[in-house]
Amino acid sequence: MDLARIVELNAVYARVIDTEQFEEWPKLFHDPCLYKLTTADNVAKGLEGGLIYADTRGMLEDRISSLRKVNIYEGQRYRHIVGLPVVLGEKDGETETETPFLIVRIMREGQMDVFATGCYRDKIKPDASGALRFHERIVVCDGRRFDTLVAIPF
Amino acid sequence: MDVRYEEQSTTVWPEDSLARVPYWVYQDTPNYKREMERLFEGATWNFVCLEADIPNKGDYRTNQLGDMPVIVVRDANGAINCFENRCAHRGALIAFDDGGNVQNNFKCIYHAWSYDLCGNLKGIAFERGINGPDGVMRGGMPAGFERDRFSPRKLRTTTLCGLVFATLSPETPPIEDYIGADVLGRIKRVLNRPIRVMGRFVQPLPNNWKLYVENVKDTYHASLLHTFLTTFRISRLTQGGGVLVSPDGGNHSSYTIGIPEGANADAYKQQQIRTDQDGKFALADPSVLDSVEEFGDHIQLQILSVFPGFILQQIHNCLAVRHVVPRGVDKMDLVWTYFGFQDDSPEMNRRRLKQQNLVGPAGFISMEDGCVGGFVQRGTLAAADHVSVIQMGGSTAESQETRATEASVRGFWKAYRRHMGY
Repeated sequence: MDLARIVELNAVYARVIDTEQFEEWPKLFHDPCLYKLTTADNVAKGLEGGLIYADTRGMLEDRISSLRKVNIYEGQRYRHIVGLPVVLGEKDGETETETPFLIVRIMREGQMDVFATGCYRDKIKPDASGALRFHERIVVCDGRRFDTLVAIPF
Repeated sequence: MDVRYEEQSTTVWPEDSLARVPYWVYQDTPNYKREMERLFEGATWNFVCLEADIPNKGDYRTNQLGDMPVIVVRDANGAINCFENRCAHRGALIAFDDGGNVQNNFKCIYHAWSYDLCGNLKGIAFERGINGPDGVMRGGMPAGFERDRFSPRKLRTTTLCGLVFATLSPETPPIEDYIGADVLGRIKRVLNRPIRVMGRFVQPLPNNWKLYVENVKDTYHASLLHTFLTTFRISRLTQGGGVLVSPDGGNHSSYTIGIPEGANADAYKQQQIRTDQDGKFALADPSVLDSVEEFGDHIQLQILSVFPGFILQQIHNCLAVRHVVPRGVDKMDLVWTYFGFQDDSPEMNRRRLKQQNLVGPAGFISMEDGCVGGFVQRGTLAAADHVSVIQMGGSTAESQETRATEASVRGFWKAYRRHMGY
């Protein structure tokens, strides 16, 4: 798989979140899929639970409609800084990659903090139209502390 | 300013009612110090770990009772011991990780003083000094040093349904009496067989620890703040349910019974409650709410607390313990441990993984509790002398067959004031 296309997928992913085009976010996944937000600690100990766990595109869409219409939280947005992917292997037409990220959270009153760092562990394959999409994206955070709340996905 | 607060917080509660609480109680540093001594180091049982965390000899975990770091360890006899995580020599942490396994002793890394699994000081490096090149022993501890008198403070431990609690006070009653029969029954209802940990997360919150504990006990807010609870009828005040408060006030269990609301079904619509989005907000994939009756009593939601900082949660099949750890007067950590049972089928495991979306820092329900305490902390910054009004359902703190009440919040203050001497 062309590395430049994987880099582009990651860049689009970060951009749709950081520019608050949240409705575009589920479209970057296959259906069914697996999106999980967890920590390096939990992964190391073999603990399966996640802060967010979605195994269909519908569940991803529900995350977005909930954050748009339902959940109460103070205004905030993210800035993703996404590193370069490493290709770990190819299997069954899927490419496995790992990509480091850093997320700065910008709060309503202007405070900027490093909110999370970690790596994306992905399985990527093209959809029917040939566009690359995530079949699996496990967000493995380096730390286990999540300040106040996580409204927007990583 | 400290002096002024000191005067306030050591004199009298502004009004002798459980239904009024002064805001300085969330802001005052001398009061915080007193809480450490009188609550966390006082006659209370504090959650320290799960038995499942330390199944074998030498397994240990670290935790905190308020500000006091502790080690919880299983010894060779299978007993669980707990002692202050503070070397008797210079006060360094003896263990500086989350947990692990030691063979027969803990050794402080600073000067290699060692402790057995009961927390007794057993070894002092170079206790008798060192031989110089001339063969003469020099240095070491004085001959009269009584090693037995120097150990970290030891705590009493007790276990209940796989939970481990510790107390520093000889006065704390047995855990069953401390919790009270009604709330105890609700712990046994959930923790009825061996559990397995599914995940751990920490949620630092920008508020005094008591604001979160009150939130947990506040049955009134749940369906008014949390759209998810209301819209999907996970918990509405119009559903069957109630709140149990222990006689001393400190412990509670609220519950929602999953039966139709009957004549009250439209009450939220009539009051135009924001959180009732029935018909306006629907899930694309409702499998997140796909639940099964697990405990055979139609209780679909149970939130339970043990004074001062332990919480057990059952929302459908989503189970967790939460531990409130104070981090200074205006900060706290909420430590989440998601769990299931060892005999869960693969289907039940998947169901729990999905339902875990409801809770934790990113929980469809719980995320709002993460910010609301901070709103109170900030909203009251200039109001130390003012009071909050906690009067839904009256001014007393007994069990009630409704959740349109703040009885268990008042129960918290009843217990708090007794321990604090206010």
